[in-house]
Amino acid sequence: MGKATTESSSLWSRLEPLLPQVQKPARYIGCEDGAQTPTHGDGVVSWLLTYPDTYEIGLPNQGLQILYEILNERPDAAAERSYAPWTDLEALLRRERIPLFSVDTHRAASLFDILAFNLSAELTYTNLINCIDLAGVPIHAARRGDSDPLIAVGGHCTYNPEPIADFVDFVVLGDGEEAVSEITEVVREWKRAGKNSGTREGLLRELSKLAGVYVPSMYEVEYDGPRLAAVSPRYSDVPATIEKRTVADLADWPYPKNQLVPLTEVVHDRLAVEVFRGCTRGCRFCQAGMITRPVRERPAEQVRDMISQGLRRTGYDEVSLTSLSTADFSGIQQVVADTVTDAGCDQVSVALPSLRVDAFTVGIAAELQRARRTGLTFAPEAGSWRLRQVINKLIREEDLYGAVESAYSQGWRRMKLYFLTGLPTETDEDTLGIAELARNCVELGRAHHKSPSVTVSVGGFVPKPFTPFQWFGQNTEVELRRKIELLKSDLRGTKGVQLKWHDTRATLAEGITSRGDRRLGPVIEYVWRHGGTFQEWSEHFSIDLWLEAMAANDLDVDWYVHRHRTEDEVLPWDHLSAGLHKDFLWQDWRDSLEELGLEDCRWTPCYDCGACTGYGIEHVVASATPPAGGSQGTGLDLSAGGSIPVVLQSRRPVGAARE
Amino acid sequence: MKLRVQFSKLGKVRFTSHRDVARIWERALRRAQLPVAYSEGFSPRPKLSFGLALPTGHESLTEYLDIDLDSERAESVDVAALPGLLSAELPVGITATEVVAVDARTLSLQQAVTSCTWQIDVRDIDAQTAQSAVHAALAAESIVVTRERKGKMVTDDIRPLVFSAAVDTPNEQVGPDQGCVRLLAELGTQPRAVRVSELLAALEPAPTEHKVLRLHQWVTSDDGQRTDPMSLGAPSPAPARVS
Repeated sequence: MGKATTESSSLWSRLEPLLPQVQKPARYIGCEDGAQTPTHGDGVVSWLLTYPDTYEIGLPNQGLQILYEILNERPDAAAERSYAPWTDLEALLRRERIPLFSVDTHRAASLFDILAFNLSAELTYTNLINCIDLAGVPIHAARRGDSDPLIAVGGHCTYNPEPIADFVDFVVLGDGEEAVSEITEVVREWKRAGKNSGTREGLLRELSKLAGVYVPSMYEVEYDGPRLAAVSPRYSDVPATIEKRTVADLADWPYPKNQLVPLTEVVHDRLAVEVFRGCTRGCRFCQAGMITRPVRERPAEQVRDMISQGLRRTGYDEVSLTSLSTADFSGIQQVVADTVTDAGCDQVSVALPSLRVDAFTVGIAAELQRARRTGLTFAPEAGSWRLRQVINKLIREEDLYGAVESAYSQGWRRMKLYFLTGLPTETDEDTLGIAELARNCVELGRAHHKSPSVTVSVGGFVPKPFTPFQWFGQNTEVELRRKIELLKSDLRGTKGVQLKWHDTRATLAEGITSRGDRRLGPVIEYVWRHGGTFQEWSEHFSIDLWLEAMAANDLDVDWYVHRHRTEDEVLPWDHLSAGLHKDFLWQDWRDSLEELGLEDCRWTPCYDCGACTGYGIEHVVASATPPAGGSQGTGLDLSAGGSIPVVLQSRRPVGAARE
Repeated sequence: MKLRVQFSKLGKVRFTSHRDVARIWERALRRAQLPVAYSEGFSPRPKLSFGLALPTGHESLTEYLDIDLDSERAESVDVAALPGLLSAELPVGITATEVVAVDARTLSLQQAVTSCTWQIDVRDIDAQTAQSAVHAALAAESIVVTRERKGKMVTDDIRPLVFSAAVDTPNEQVGPDQGCVRLLAELGTQPRAVRVSELLAALEPAPTEHKVLRLHQWVTSDDGQRTDPMSLGAPSPAPARVS
């Protein structure tokens, strides 16, 4: 094989000699089943969908794969993918002056019209900047010219995009399925007009008028001392509030149709079928549950088709039914039974990544994992019933013990329990309740096994935007460490219980970015400039860098992280909307402090959080009654489900808002 | 019933690891709906056994895989059609080149293969220097290498396992990439497989590895007869048993 002599847009021939020198070179070759090699050209808007962490974390991302397919189905769009190169390859790329590239055709990032990043974790922000820089694009939006790609971001973190506002040209809030097409059309027209110099600003202004698209540079930020006074549009035709996008019915979006099958190991190496989007359990710490409302179930028939076709096409022997709480899917038992008994699926196992804590759920799990009993994970989140009422995770101890007993009796030996610490109103008694629950679980296991094991995994709580806890001052790192020490000493010598905890310093760094404003931009840039990439990775994470960066910019960590916010305060994300009324969230915050639980509105009357009414959409669930075990410990009679305004598998959004 | 598959691994997929290739095959076999036998027990796995691991980044014309078929459904398998059927389910760059049914008692690939022939393209060296470096290495009584094994440093003499090594005669049509010199070497695999990188490190000066291709895997019988793993396992009448 001689060297290619023709000029080509592929960087492969320059990249190839570098790959033997790096770890896991298969990260960079593409070639996955389902990968596409779209044609670029005039009249085609090219997107580079980038996950700013390693390939093995980014590849399974379903959001990115969905948009990849939707865009490539359009004749006027071409989408490829990219992931953050690991530090070893990055050093070689910089030395050899090779830019960030797509894995599909190894095309230089700067040749794309739009570099769109999925932001699922705040600690990837420095990688976002690094990828923009590796692409050869100015990291500050204000310094970009007409020939530079547009930098776009989407994903859960972008519900507060202010800390990264300096670096991005536009943000897409919420479901991207429809928005990407609308953006493509606007950019296509701009390209057709010749991308004339001085027109970038006009393009951005056009984009800012699309629903769900936020262009930070179109907004003026005013401060009143340390406080934010207002974020307001610079022009009258730019919306004052940006509403998130919500697809009304998942049945219209059976994506991904051709899930990517990687050639090398990735974190979730299995088929994934999204059974519903949104969750109304109402856990107050959970941003995902708040911002993705309402619940939109996929029809069971479509789920079955996606499973059977997906398994046949990919050759996977495992399918994961994804959602925020899969046991709540109407008719979950039937779907599971069909999958397990489906001819030719004899070796298939089914994973439920988010188990509800009750015996019913364990029953389903038992059916699913007939072949492999690896381990079960439950998330009680808090150690006492009192605190679980505060956070609205309404699991009684009986529910947990019932689930655990059921699991041990059906052959499981290992259990994992997830908890948060640093929650509002948490006392040491609540914290120690975690140890008590774990001990009792192991005790239950002893009736069935010689050496049952329970792993307790504790994470520090980071308050997130658009949750009732957005006003809560995060626990200090010292306090979080003290609580973990408390648990450690209480569990010392307890046989069968392993305690694991998230690095409290990483929790602090997340706290800095989670609720920050635009003044955080230089902080993130500082961390990046001082080598702070891959902050999600313990071997690269450095809290010193973050604290140094805050100090260098005269910003107070306490003010940003540990301070309780007041009701009248302007929050950095107040000009964005996830549909939730701010007064609903405030009321829920007050209720939380009163230890008042709130039921799931799927099966009880609406309490008008705003997510449905504001957008003229409703829950789409196949069953108007809660599934067995669905009270989740509220002890309330939820059988009145029939009178609930729930749409039964409607394929269309229900016209106007309810009055 | 047992099948022996010969396949190639060329191009971008050469950067996948041995473990990656095993997973790729498992998925391909399920897609092809081949009635593969599964192990019993808690966590049933398809009964596949791979030959010598190919180092990540090396290409090969001759990789091997043994597949145990489910005896009840094995009859339905059309062996002649398998190379095409399987290749269609494999990623670009991995191609099933030949499939034969072998006797269930055939020696495993790991045990049977005694040596491999490698085509090694190196850079940062000219042909003449390479030539004398190879001669010097072959003339040496021993080539001692030190490697880490299970946390301990182990010393080995690999000279007895360097069966042959030479600079390939340049050929205009199918030569190596520009600036490269092509070596051919046969390296033993018993009791352990000598790596191409070990041979190159033993050369003075040591050239930089550019591209490596496994050309052959050999099975040498006690009488010195060389065959390849595909002809080794051809079904033959069962030998008379000694009772």
